[in-house]
Amino acid sequence: MALLGKDLRTEFRTMRSLPAMVLFAVTTFIIFRYGLDRTTLSGSLAGGVLWTTLLFAAILGINRIFVSELEEGGFDAIRLAPVDRTVLFTSKVAALFIYLAVLQLIVVPVFAVFFLSDWSSLVPLVAVLVGANLGFSVLGTLISSMAVNSRARDLLVPLLLLPLVVPLMIATTAASAGLFDAAGPDYEGFGTWLLVVGLYDGVFLLVGYAVFDFLLED
Amino acid sequence: MTGRGLKTLSIATVVFLMVGFALVFLWVPMDADQGFKQKIFYLHVPLAIVALLGFVAGGIEGYRHLKSGDRRHDANSYVFIHISVTFGVAVLITGAIWAKASWGYWWVWDEPTLVSFLIVFLLYCTYYPFRYAIEDRDRQARYASVFAITAGAFVPLNFMAVRMSESVIHPRVFATSEGGLPDSMLFTFLVCFIGIGLLWLTLVKTEMVGKKVSGQVSYLRRKLHDDGAGGSVGGRIAPSVEAK
Repeated sequence: MALLGKDLRTEFRTMRSLPAMVLFAVTTFIIFRYGLDRTTLSGSLAGGVLWTTLLFAAILGINRIFVSELEEGGFDAIRLAPVDRTVLFTSKVAALFIYLAVLQLIVVPVFAVFFLSDWSSLVPLVAVLVGANLGFSVLGTLISSMAVNSRARDLLVPLLLLPLVVPLMIATTAASAGLFDAAGPDYEGFGTWLLVVGLYDGVFLLVGYAVFDFLLED
Repeated sequence: MTGRGLKTLSIATVVFLMVGFALVFLWVPMDADQGFKQKIFYLHVPLAIVALLGFVAGGIEGYRHLKSGDRRHDANSYVFIHISVTFGVAVLITGAIWAKASWGYWWVWDEPTLVSFLIVFLLYCTYYPFRYAIEDRDRQARYASVFAITAGAFVPLNFMAVRMSESVIHPRVFATSEGGLPDSMLFTFLVCFIGIGLLWLTLVKTEMVGKKVSGQVSYLRRKLHDDGAGGSVGGRIAPSVEAK
């Protein structure tokens, strides 16, 4: 808890990654607008644009989540402290989860204003966003902690993360494609895909808990 | 103990593969639907299954490495993944050839097995840059094991997700592959499968022997330049089994 508070305070004082993530996402929407040459989006195209943008914006944040720990000796402090190391994992996952939630709180309405004609799909979308956020946070923390000690950190995070989140992307885009249907939200298969997102989160949460200890040993 | 059993293993591999391919070309009946083209099935599918099993085995070895701290398991994990990635290249090429022959396209996005294999393959390709980017030997081994475990858990999950995304619209092409296969084809398939599996084992063992030898060589070289100036030989990154 204290760790999470520390992370959040540092982020809100320095504003190191969140503004960059938001700016990046909004600019990406503009690029999609001209790349696809559409002024409104619906169905799978809308889901694809939203999730691609969110994923790449998330990678920006994931890249930096452990950098401050490395630069300012946070890792050593954690190792010295008489706490379980999985605490660090949990607090990082929670911090990343909150960053992503804030990002989406700003970016998803922008997306709706830019591209959607019908906003009724935004309420059920929250469930998908929460599930996907958990998946991004767990995997992002795991990958970021693996890559932070290597030479090619900025290169490795997307390289490792992208293939790993493909199943999550399949599930989230499929779940939201129906929601963004031009004829109004369509819930066919929505529950099943949400279940896949949940399963994915569960598996990697377990893997993360099991292996995170070994990433901190020295 | 260097290389013991390697010769027997190689001979068994050659025999099984020869018998397997002889069966494929001379004995097993033509596929009613696809004709001669279908024969690549006996190469492509065993390669794919063996590669995937190798990836999972790499994850299990990674887990054992973390549990025991024994570098031998890390070397195993590395070699398993290495050989399986090599097999993966062959799987993608034979898969593309088969797709071209039977569907008319080199790549078919509707075929979930193909797509999920590509994703798994790409993931494991990142194993090398990841491993090589970490300088400290112990940390490298530990992180690589963590990667192997994470990726091992990812393999079945990925196949499920990709398959689900297609299953609604497309029937599985080989949905009945085991049940619908006539006995003669099943037998031939099994012989080929064992042959490819043995090939994998032989390659793994060969590489392990190579690592052991180069480990011994660098150990001896260090002994020769005992002043320490010799250091480690070059910037070798792949794990080696240290000689006693």
